[in-house]
Amino acid sequence: MGGWLRLGFGPLRPNFVVRATALVAVSIVLSSCSLAEAPLLHPSGPIAESQRNLLFEVFALMLIVVIPVFIMAIWFGWRYRASATQSAFDPDWERAPFLDGLIWALPAAIIVILGFMVWRSTHQLDPYRSLAAAGDSTQVQVITLEWKYVFLYPKEGIASVNELVFPADKPVQLVMTSDSAMTSLLIPALGGQVYAMAGMATRLNLLAFGPGEFLGRNALYNGDGFADQTFRVRAVTQAEFSDWIASAKQAPVLDAAAYKDLSQPGILRRPLQYSQFASGFFQSILDKYATPLKMQQTPRHP
Amino acid sequence: MSEVDTKAHDEAEERSYGFWLFLMSDAILFSLLFATYAIMVTATDNGPARTEIFGYWRTAANTALLLSSSLTMGLASIAICEARKSAAFQWIFVTMILALAFLVLEIQEFMGLVAQGAGPDRSGFLSAYFTLVGTHGAHVTVGLIWMAVLCLHLAMAPIGPAVQSATERLTMFWHLVGIVWIGIYSMVYLPGLYQ
Amino acid sequence: MFGRLTEDALPLYSEIAMAGAAVTVGGGLFVLAVVLWTSSLLYLWRNWLTSVDHKRIGIMYVVVALVMLLRGFVDALMMRAQQAMAMNSGGYLPPEHFDQIFSSHGTIMILFMAMPFLTGLINFVMPLQIGARDVAFPRLNLISLYLTAAGAGLVLISLVIGKFSTAGWTGYPPFSETEFSPGVGVDYWIWALIVSGVGTTLTGINFITTIVKRRAPGMTWMRLPLFAWTALCASILIVFAFPALTVAGAMLALDRSAGFHFFTNDGGGNAMHFANVLWMWGHPEVYILILPAFGVFSEIVATFSSKRLFAYNSLVFATVVIALLAFTTWLHHFFTMGAGASVNTAFGITTMIIAVPTGVKVFDWLMTMYRGRIRYQTPMLWTVAFLVTFTIGGMSGVLLAVPAVDYTLHNTTFLVAHFHNMVIPGALFGFFAGYVY
Repeated sequence: MGGWLRLGFGPLRPNFVVRATALVAVSIVLSSCSLAEAPLLHPSGPIAESQRNLLFEVFALMLIVVIPVFIMAIWFGWRYRASATQSAFDPDWERAPFLDGLIWALPAAIIVILGFMVWRSTHQLDPYRSLAAAGDSTQVQVITLEWKYVFLYPKEGIASVNELVFPADKPVQLVMTSDSAMTSLLIPALGGQVYAMAGMATRLNLLAFGPGEFLGRNALYNGDGFADQTFRVRAVTQAEFSDWIASAKQAPVLDAAAYKDLSQPGILRRPLQYSQFASGFFQSILDKYATPLKMQQTPRHP
Repeated sequence: MSEVDTKAHDEAEERSYGFWLFLMSDAILFSLLFATYAIMVTATDNGPARTEIFGYWRTAANTALLLSSSLTMGLASIAICEARKSAAFQWIFVTMILALAFLVLEIQEFMGLVAQGAGPDRSGFLSAYFTLVGTHGAHVTVGLIWMAVLCLHLAMAPIGPAVQSATERLTMFWHLVGIVWIGIYSMVYLPGLYQ
Repeated sequence: MFGRLTEDALPLYSEIAMAGAAVTVGGGLFVLAVVLWTSSLLYLWRNWLTSVDHKRIGIMYVVVALVMLLRGFVDALMMRAQQAMAMNSGGYLPPEHFDQIFSSHGTIMILFMAMPFLTGLINFVMPLQIGARDVAFPRLNLISLYLTAAGAGLVLISLVIGKFSTAGWTGYPPFSETEFSPGVGVDYWIWALIVSGVGTTLTGINFITTIVKRRAPGMTWMRLPLFAWTALCASILIVFAFPALTVAGAMLALDRSAGFHFFTNDGGGNAMHFANVLWMWGHPEVYILILPAFGVFSEIVATFSSKRLFAYNSLVFATVVIALLAFTTWLHHFFTMGAGASVNTAFGITTMIIAVPTGVKVFDWLMTMYRGRIRYQTPMLWTVAFLVTFTIGGMSGVLLAVPAVDYTLHNTTFLVAHFHNMVIPGALFGFFAGYVY
């Protein structure tokens, strides 16, 4: 490490072998860090997988430009250094129409290709797009509070805090709002994030390959407890899901007092369950802030 | 002698150009406030809407006052260009009276709205309305002060290139204020009055 | 007498904050003591602080920038140390202190380091390059300097007295509203932004007028040095983008102190509107930062390759295109806010189009190095480092411009890395290179 540092800052006597070795060593060390297991690169759901594949495709396309830049920066920088007096020297060469055209055309062509990819992928992977017919997905309403997430299951009639559980064989459809500042719900293993804002209902559709346990979190800074606003995501079998619902039925009721407690700013270390909540509870949170303006923006994909 | 003249002329031109740039950036500021108003116009929070609060005669009078003040300002600037001092005083004085009347009407309107519980803290719509029209009112006030300063200049010294160049800028400023008002009248008041 | 200012405002809540405040105040006192000790107060006042000479003003801008760079850099080190130490433990900073540092790092680095640095460089060099005796409005120039310095001063004061804004450098409402941020920090932050923003707008007007009206005879547009071109484009961006910052800041200030409802959760406020207005300023702002640095690199790469610049016309054209497109991409800062797929696509594509002129510039610089005699002095080292790092940053930028990819990467450290990979080489390397050059 010390040697590498000295190389970086010392007087410039490039020794490529040493430098390259050091670079490779550093990159191996880096690549063995946490990124190797990052959910972004090892997705657990089709949405996240398409997003990752798209990332790689765009990355590969970009390399058409980026690799020549690297090569040229190093090669020209080395070959035409002042001490290399035998290299060609052409001080007045400033115009080359063909080269100039190529320099514009090549990146432009790549951007045209990318433009088509963007058009296709943005519509395909729109977080608002339902992944199944309405009856076939698990509906969850999400309310974000100061540093916790409340998940309401309107069909099952139960609620949980900081734990999102759904059957792995069906897509899950999240309808989100905020009862505090703006937040952004992100489950990297399943893909995507969308903001949750007071008075507005935003949507996020996700699907898992199979059972598994993932991490979800708020990705939009919202104050002191931001770093700890995480939640557990569990994609489970149908039987486990029924068990989980049954255990929730034993839990206390999410009444006004309980919700008021939850609304206090704070961090919750363990998930909670509630057996019941008032019907139309989610709508009442929306109505707290809703104005005609916000309402007309809300429904996009009915 | 002629060299000095060119220099003074160049400087006046630079000043006008720089001030024109400033007005452009001011125009952007207003266009953002207009955009904000357009977005917020339905955000009434169950409070008064735009169809309920604007007075027909007051806004018409305001428009007439401000537009005719643009005319008198133009006449004043011609008088100053031609170094006719008493005419200049006269037209600036008329412009100031018109602008003052405009401000009085606008402040009355604001106070009336606040009194009937439609102040800027009532809803997003009223916040946007007060900010847009209030910012315009602040510009009118600045113009008024500027005219007063110009009067002082005129009273103290004969009309020279410095005063002429300042008048040119004031005129540009005053026309921008007029143009913005036309925008306000047609985007804020008219849709509210005829719906 | 002091209104809401009581002794509670002193940073007694944490020893580290107290030490930081002591260093800030102590540093100020030390400078004052040195000035008094060498009895150079009068000299400074006459020859520097009231000077309207563009070179001296330029140097003073750079001094402000370097002082703020130190502060912003310390913030960065403290954040990194906290993140390293807080793995599975609380770290050494209480969250409310970390949040202040995190907000002030962004604010300082962009508005009070990069902006004065580039203004200083343009001030010093541009009039010389175009053969003007000074900028068009020298006194206005000094006023702008003081407005910028006043903004910087407000940030420093706010870091000592009361708590600084904890709302992040973008200050997104509703979190930055009084409901969630009742302290005075956000108010200081807003005023620092507005005051320095007005100063910057005036500077932009000054530079445009200078370049348009004060070029020496024979200095036609296509003979204008590239740095002057980039200075012109950056100034145009300043004049047209900074009103948006003023409007966003003023509306937030009205919300906070006069009970207005622009961005509040209740009363019909619309927080999304702040994001729109802020980024209408914010996106051009990054090009304001980067364009002058591009100009610096263009000058340096030709000089130290002992060659003429390759494809001058292309570079000028690319600069202008970047400046125009800068206004068409702001929505890519919030693809995830629930806009429709078609809107996201449109803004994703405009964003990627900017990569074309930027890529052209990179290639033109490389072609300038081709068949040159490259002398590796400090400015050239910065430039080569820039070429490589900036390309990585640019690539990550295109990745982020794809909305579907952005859904997973937005607001993560990938974005942070992208931004730093753009702005540190793209602006800071350029400013250092220009400073040395």
